[in-house]
Amino acid sequence: MSSTDLVALGLLLLLAAYTCGGGADFGAGMWDLLAGDRDRGARPRSLVDYAMAPVWEANNVWLVFILVVTWTGFPPVFEAVMSTAWIALTLVALGIVARGAAFAIRKPTHRVARRRHLGIVFGLASVLTPFFLAATLGGIASGRIPPGNRKGDPVTSWLNPTSVLFGVLGLLAAAFVAAAFLVSDARRFKAPDLEAYFRTRALVSGGLLLVVMAGGLLVVHGDAKPLYDGLTSGWGLVFAIAAGLFVLGTAALLRGGRLRGTRLTAVGALASLVLAWGMAQRPYALPTTLTVAEAAGDPNTMRWLVLVTIVAVALVGPALALLYRLDLTDRLAADHDDDLIEATAARGR
Amino acid sequence: MIIGLVIADGAVLAEGPSQLLPAREQMAFTLMVHVILVPFGVALPFITLVMNYLGLRRGDPVAMQLARRWSTVMAIQFAVGAVTGTVLSLEFGLLWPGLMGKWGDVFGIAFGIEGWAFFLEAILVAIYIYGWKRMSPRAHFLVGLPIPIVALVGAFSILSVNAWMNTPQGFELDSAGNPTNVDITQVLFTPILAPQYLHMIAAAYMVAGYLVASVYAVGWLRGRRDRYNRLGFLVPFTVAAIVTPLQFVIGDALARQVFQEQPVKFAAMEIVWETGPDQPEYLFGRLQPDGSVDGGIRIPGLDSFLAGFSRDTVVKGLTEVPAADRPSIREANITHFAFDTMVGVGTVLLGLAFWFGLAWVRRRDMPRSRWFYRCAVVAGVVSVVGMEAGWITAEVGRQPWVVYNEMKVAEAVTDIGAGPIWTSFAVVVVIYSLVVWAFLSVLLRMKLRWRQADAETARVGAPPDIPQQSAQRDEVAP
Repeated sequence: MSSTDLVALGLLLLLAAYTCGGGADFGAGMWDLLAGDRDRGARPRSLVDYAMAPVWEANNVWLVFILVVTWTGFPPVFEAVMSTAWIALTLVALGIVARGAAFAIRKPTHRVARRRHLGIVFGLASVLTPFFLAATLGGIASGRIPPGNRKGDPVTSWLNPTSVLFGVLGLLAAAFVAAAFLVSDARRFKAPDLEAYFRTRALVSGGLLLVVMAGGLLVVHGDAKPLYDGLTSGWGLVFAIAAGLFVLGTAALLRGGRLRGTRLTAVGALASLVLAWGMAQRPYALPTTLTVAEAAGDPNTMRWLVLVTIVAVALVGPALALLYRLDLTDRLAADHDDDLIEATAARGR
Repeated sequence: MIIGLVIADGAVLAEGPSQLLPAREQMAFTLMVHVILVPFGVALPFITLVMNYLGLRRGDPVAMQLARRWSTVMAIQFAVGAVTGTVLSLEFGLLWPGLMGKWGDVFGIAFGIEGWAFFLEAILVAIYIYGWKRMSPRAHFLVGLPIPIVALVGAFSILSVNAWMNTPQGFELDSAGNPTNVDITQVLFTPILAPQYLHMIAAAYMVAGYLVASVYAVGWLRGRRDRYNRLGFLVPFTVAAIVTPLQFVIGDALARQVFQEQPVKFAAMEIVWETGPDQPEYLFGRLQPDGSVDGGIRIPGLDSFLAGFSRDTVVKGLTEVPAADRPSIREANITHFAFDTMVGVGTVLLGLAFWFGLAWVRRRDMPRSRWFYRCAVVAGVVSVVGMEAGWITAEVGRQPWVVYNEMKVAEAVTDIGAGPIWTSFAVVVVIYSLVVWAFLSVLLRMKLRWRQADAETARVGAPPDIPQQSAQRDEVAP
């Protein structure tokens, strides 16, 4: 494998990580939005709040990695995508800020009406941000983004059948992975009613995800034939099938109440989905105008990128392991003051 | 005022495509907001750890309390910084695709290092913040120890990119004008990096120190003279006061390096029009289109002397290069004004640091004068002004180049109309104002809670914040 292939694969894995981490985050926001009025939604919302608080916006780190690796490893791709699909991506940037701000302000806000408004902003941003991101990927996949500084159509590059399909898939995948995670969180916090609540939602969103995946093939067949060919043969097909099986497996485990493996299978489903797309459009970075090899940066840079990644994994890995170990052995605890926030917020409700 | 300046800077940009102006304004605005958060990520961890160390060594619950509260502030700004940082990475592509498409593979690697450093720092900060209660105090402190170092690595990467844009090297251009044969070590370590990096690190330590200390200076003026308030002032102020004189040496070295490597930028900083020896130094004053200087204080020969330790030193003027390759008169004036503002701020802070040092040497105690604390309150905000002014000097002074002498800003900008960018700029301003408001209101609310908690402690007696061994479980929200 050349260093270019390694970087391209690494980029796909980063994208998979963001789909899972960011997806769980955005999905939780969607469930927050759909939780109903103040009385019915209070308990699910408090679980979402609690589960999200420690990792609040930390998942943006994955997005930053994706951007950095793209502009370092494949500069023409970055230039083309960011300049052509600028409307969608500007909305993504605004959505990320609005979401973070709304979540942060909502916590200490006591007035009920304002809390509700902020909750709506948070929820809507949680829907729109991943939709526009995925729609942009749909634009790439269907060959609507040519190389160069804004050489493609600024609207149809992300508003077309394949983009809408990608957007909907992204939303369903986020809702699915978030619900699957929240089931485990609910069990950890010993809340059986919420466990059942999110199990239903995980099963429904997983079912919809499967339906849209299958139906999506028809859309792609009509709208982006090369992508269709890639998805129905070779590694693209393998990962597409794997994605379906992982969704089914997650559903089976959830129904049986065996939660030990559900986080893993849900992650597997999303990662397979991303890899299926990546493998399907090989050898192109921008179908069908720019191949991965043509888009690659200077060979020295590519080697350095691999090296930096290895060193970084060697440094970040142990730190992450320490974080998880401390968390699992209950040596990390929310600050005393945070408990106070909860108390004051509860009083304000 | 500074933001107004930058906007004024854009307003005179007649040349170049129409979208250049809003693109520059939006970039300047988002960068200037983001850079305020930087000292809290780069320097506050160190100051917090000093406090933590004092608490551990002396078994001092008050110091531990302060360290713990500062770590909470660190966490909040970290989250905000992650968001504003994400926006900046998107903006690189949304506003400057030309820059990224051509040069991304040359300077991009440093951002890769920064990304991982930030990730590592975020993990360690998370452990540090959530570990106060149940980890052993020693292990907890040890986990915190790498944070300032990792923060230095992250800052190095970003400064490395900026230094490369100012003094680009480590590549060759092929026949089509595209960079090839990238030499990463040369790209990472450019001539201007060392002084520029140290200058920013010192600035971060000064801003974090003076800003945190200013909170407790307010407390002092309001009559709080307890140990909590005293320590809260002393530790950050001491750090900042030690760094301030060093900053003068570093800044001086950087200016001389700019004189060597970017003579035209230096000419803008000192509003030098014609190349020649015995150049006067102007304190403020405005360059006129004919090359004369209006207003300001003129000190004969000083500019040449500062640049080369002799009045005979030849300093290049703006007219050394064609008008299209140098900052406009307006840009030169902004650069000069920002530069003088920064030096002025540094001088004032140096005086304050000396005042503090003198009192400490003579009486082993903090100054008694209320005026000192009034100045210390202002020093917090003033140090931020100084840091922003420094960045304006660096960034406006290198106009019209985005990659110095290689690519102009106008070639880097995205190929979309001005209208949409003005719109996005307006929305960004509104949303950022909300974020800043949220950030400040969260901080104020925390202050209020801490005040309540302290009142409670005073009443009941037991400090609730000393690390406990008890296995008391947290109640979960749902």
